[in-house]
Amino acid sequence: MRIKRAAVLTSALALSGCEISIFDPKGTIAAQDAQILVDSLAIMLAIVIPTLIAIVAFAWWYRAGNTRARYRPDFEYSGQIELVVWSIPALTVLLLAGVIWVGSHDLDPGAPIKGAGKPLTIQVVSLDWKWLFLYPDQKLASVNELVAPVGTPLRLELTSGSVMTAFFVPQWGSMIYTMNGMTSRLNLRADKAGDYYGEASQISGDGFADMHFKARAVSADDFAKWTQSAAGVPFDAAAYKELAKQGLANPALRPLAAPDLFSDIVTQKLPPGPGPKPSLRPPSVVN
Amino acid sequence: MLGKLTWDAIPFDQPIPLAAGAVVALAVLAVLIYITVKGWVPYLWREWITSVDHKRIGVMYVALAILMLMRGFIDAVMMRTQQAVAFRSNGYLPPEHFNQIFSAHGTIMIFFGAMPFMIGLMNFVVPLQLGVRDVAFPTLNSVSFWLTASGALLVNLSLVVGEFSRTGWLPFPPLSEMTYSPGVGVDYYCWALQISGVGTVLTGVNFVTTILKIRAPGMTYMRMPIFCWTALAANLLIVAAFPVLTATLAMLLLDRYLGFHFFTNTGGGNMMMFMNLIWAWGHPEVYILILPAFGVFSCVVPTFSGKPVFGYRSMVMATMAICLIAFMVWLHHFFTMGAGGDVNAIFGTMSAIIAVPTGVKIFNWLFTMYGGRVRFTVPMIWSVAFMITFTVGGLTGVLLAVPPADFMLHNSMFLVAHFHNVIVGGTVFGALAGMTYWFPKAFGFRLHEGWGRWSAYFTIAGFYVVFMPLYVVGLEGMTRRLQHYDVGAWRPWMMVSVFGVLLALVGIVLEIVTIYVSIRDRESLRDEVGDPWDGRTLEWSTASPPPEYNFAVLPHVDHEEYYWRIKQAAARSETLPEEPHYVDIEMPRNSATGFVAAFFATVMGFALIWHIWWMVGVAFVGAYATFVAFAWRDHEEHVIPAETVARNDHARRAARAKALKAYSPR
Repeated sequence: MRIKRAAVLTSALALSGCEISIFDPKGTIAAQDAQILVDSLAIMLAIVIPTLIAIVAFAWWYRAGNTRARYRPDFEYSGQIELVVWSIPALTVLLLAGVIWVGSHDLDPGAPIKGAGKPLTIQVVSLDWKWLFLYPDQKLASVNELVAPVGTPLRLELTSGSVMTAFFVPQWGSMIYTMNGMTSRLNLRADKAGDYYGEASQISGDGFADMHFKARAVSADDFAKWTQSAAGVPFDAAAYKELAKQGLANPALRPLAAPDLFSDIVTQKLPPGPGPKPSLRPPSVVN
Repeated sequence: MLGKLTWDAIPFDQPIPLAAGAVVALAVLAVLIYITVKGWVPYLWREWITSVDHKRIGVMYVALAILMLMRGFIDAVMMRTQQAVAFRSNGYLPPEHFNQIFSAHGTIMIFFGAMPFMIGLMNFVVPLQLGVRDVAFPTLNSVSFWLTASGALLVNLSLVVGEFSRTGWLPFPPLSEMTYSPGVGVDYYCWALQISGVGTVLTGVNFVTTILKIRAPGMTYMRMPIFCWTALAANLLIVAAFPVLTATLAMLLLDRYLGFHFFTNTGGGNMMMFMNLIWAWGHPEVYILILPAFGVFSCVVPTFSGKPVFGYRSMVMATMAICLIAFMVWLHHFFTMGAGGDVNAIFGTMSAIIAVPTGVKIFNWLFTMYGGRVRFTVPMIWSVAFMITFTVGGLTGVLLAVPPADFMLHNSMFLVAHFHNVIVGGTVFGALAGMTYWFPKAFGFRLHEGWGRWSAYFTIAGFYVVFMPLYVVGLEGMTRRLQHYDVGAWRPWMMVSVFGVLLALVGIVLEIVTIYVSIRDRESLRDEVGDPWDGRTLEWSTASPPPEYNFAVLPHVDHEEYYWRIKQAAARSETLPEEPHYVDIEMPRNSATGFVAAFFATVMGFALIWHIWWMVGVAFVGAYATFVAFAWRDHEEHVIPAETVARNDHARRAARAKALKAYSPR
C-alpha cells in the first residue's frame, strides 16, 4: 500500500516532463537504482510519516492553554515506550540494511550485466573540460558524444586525463569517479533510443559547468552507420595532448589511430593534463 | 621582499569583490574609529579582548559566528541568484568567481559560522550547568577563540588580497594541487583552517577536561544535563577528529609548498587517500555540529514542556552511540569511487544504523512534550520546527546511505538539499533556539517575543522554499556547483528557490530588528530573578547576567533535577534555602596571550600564503615569545572578597524571595 503510494508520488514527479529525470529511467541500471530509491523511501516513510504527525499532534494537544490535556509533570520514564522507541527504528534499519546489502552487490558498478549481443567496451577519459570516448574495437575516438546501441551491455572503463571528476548519465544509471592513473569500471545498458544528458558530477575547475555531453542510444543499424561516419585526421597521442589542454571542445568523431591510447593514459605514459598557467588571480578561461 | 604579493593581487578589474571589500574595509574602519572616539577601547580591552571568563568568550564566539553566518548568507544569495539567471547564459558571476563563492560559503558556514556558534554556546553554558566557576584552562580558552577569529580573518582577507580556493569547501586533490590550482586560494583555505584548527583542538581538550574533571560537588555523570553530555561527545569527537584534518591539510601543504607527492597525480601520489582522510575527519565533523544542537533542544523542550527530559538514560546512551558510530561511516561520502559491493554495503549499513540513536532522540523529545504544558516561546518554535525538519533531513540522509540510490544522487542538488536540511534545520535552528533561550542569562534581559516569533516563521519558511526545490532538481539530475546550465526543467525550481532566499532574508532582518528592539526595550524585558523561563538546570539558579564567579557558593548536587527540586521546595515552603557562608573566591586574571598570539598567527598565516619568509620567521618568534611570556608570569589569580560575594548574592536572594510569592509550585 505504502509502496504503491510512493510509486504514484514519484511517477507524478517524473511526469512533470524532464528529459533527464532519474525517475524516468531509460536503462536497466537506472531503473533498478530508482526502484531501490523508491523502496527505501517507502520503508522509511512508514515510520517518518507517523512521527511527523505525532510531533505536530503532541505539540498541539499539550499546548499550555489546553485545559483538557492531562499534565503529568513527573512522566519521564516508561520501559515500554523506551523499548518501542529503540526497537522501531532498529527494525526499520534492519529491513533497510537488507536492501542496502542486496542492492550494493546487485548494482555494483563493476558487475557485468546481461543484454543483447556481445558487450561493447567503451573507454572514457575525462579531460579539462570535455569527455573523450574511445571505442577500441571500432577504432573510434569521440569527443563529447557517447553513442551506444540499444540493449547492448556497455562495459565502461574510465580514467581521468587530469583531475578527479565523475561520469554520470542520469537516465542510464550509476555515476562513477574518474581518476588519473587508475581505471574505474561501470556497466550500463541503454534500453530505449533517444538523446540523453550526460554530465560531470564532481567539480573539476573553471570549465566544469560546460563539461556535459550527449549520450545517444541508437538502434544497432544506426550504430553501425555511426561507426562508419568517423572523419578527419586520425586521433593519436599528439591529438590527445592537444585535447588535454584546458578548454572546451565541440563534439567530433574521428578514427582512432593509437590502439593503446587508454592504457597509455592510465599508466601515465601520456602525462596528465598541464593545468592552467600559474597566475596570482584566475584568468577568465571560459567566458 | 613581499614574496608573491604584488599589486596584481588586488582585483582592481573585478567590480564585485572590489566593491564588497571596500565596503567591508570602510565599515570596519568606521567601527574602529567610533569605538576609539567614544573611548571604549580600554573597556573592550579589559572586559572582552583579554577576558578569560568563559561567559565573555562564549558571547564573543557567538558574535563572531553571527557575523560569519551573515557573510556566508551573502555568498548564498549570490549563488542562488546566479543559478536563477544563468540559464543558457553566463549569469553575472564568471566561473572563477562563482567557484570561489561556493567554496567560501561552505568553508565560512561550517568552520566560522556553525562551529563557533556551537562552541560559543558550550562555552557560555557548560560551566554554568556543571555548577563551576570556569573551564579547566581559562587562558587557553581565550587562545582558542582568538585563533578561530584569526582563521576567519584570513578567509575574509582573501576576498580582496588574492583569491580564495575554487575547489569546494573541501579541497579535493588533484584539483587542489599546485598543477591545477596554482593561485593562493587553496593556501588561504589551508592556512586559515590550520590556524583555527589549533584553536578548535584546544577547545576540545579544554572541554573534555572540564566535563571529566571539574564538576560541582555531587554532580555525577548521570546527573549532568544532556547538554553537557552532548558537549562532551562533541568535544571528544573534536579531540579525535581534528588532528586528522590538521595532518591531511599538512600533507596537502607539503605537496603544494615543497613538491611532495602525497595526493598528486604523478610521483606515486594518491587522491583516494585524501578522500579517506578528509572524510575520516569530515563525518565526525557533522556530529560535532549537530550534537550540541541536540543538547540545546534537550534543554529547551523540557523547560517549555514543564517536564524533565524523557528517557534521560536513553538520551545519554544515544549521544554516546552517535559519538562512536560517527567514526565508522566516512566512506558513504564516496560510494561512487567503486570500492565494491562489500565495502559499500557495510558503510551503507553503518550509516543507516546511526539513524537509530538519532531516531530515539526525536522520540524522546516527542515524549517529553507528551503530558507536558507546552509553552510556544521562540526557542520552542525553533525546537518543533527542528523536530519536523530534521526528521525529513534524516530520511533523505538515510536514502543517500543506500549505495544504489547514492549512485544516482551523489554530488547532486539532492545532496545539497539534504545537508542543508540537517545543518540548517538542526544546527542553525538549534543555535538560534539556544541563543534566544540563554540570551537573558547572558545579558539580563529577554529578546522580544513578537519580533522573534516572526523572524522564526520567515526563516523557517525561507528554508523550506529554498531547499525543497533543490531536492526536486537533484532528482532531475542536476549536479551541484554549476555556474550555468541549459536544462529547461531546472529553471522554474531555481526561481522558486531564489524566492525562498528572499523569505530567509526577511527572517534575518527581523532577527536583527529583534535584537535592536530588545536592547531598546531592555528595561521592560529585564530578567530580575535570573530564571525567566522557569528553567530546570543550574544556570538558572544564579543571577542574570551571572557574576564573574558564576555561583556565590558551589551547589551540592544531589539529583539529576537538582535545581528544579530546590525551587519547588522553596516555593512550597515559601522560604529560600538557608543563607550560605560566603568566602573569598579566587578567579584567573585576564590575559592578552590569546589576542597577541592570534595576531602573530594571522601575520604568520598571511606570510606563509604569500611566501614572505622573513615575516614568517618574525611572526613565529613573536607567537612563541607570547607563550613564553605567559608561562613565566607568576601572578595568576585575583581574589574577590567574601563581602563582595555576599553583597551580590543578597541582591540575588532578595529578587528570588520577591519572585517566590508569585510562583506556584508544580
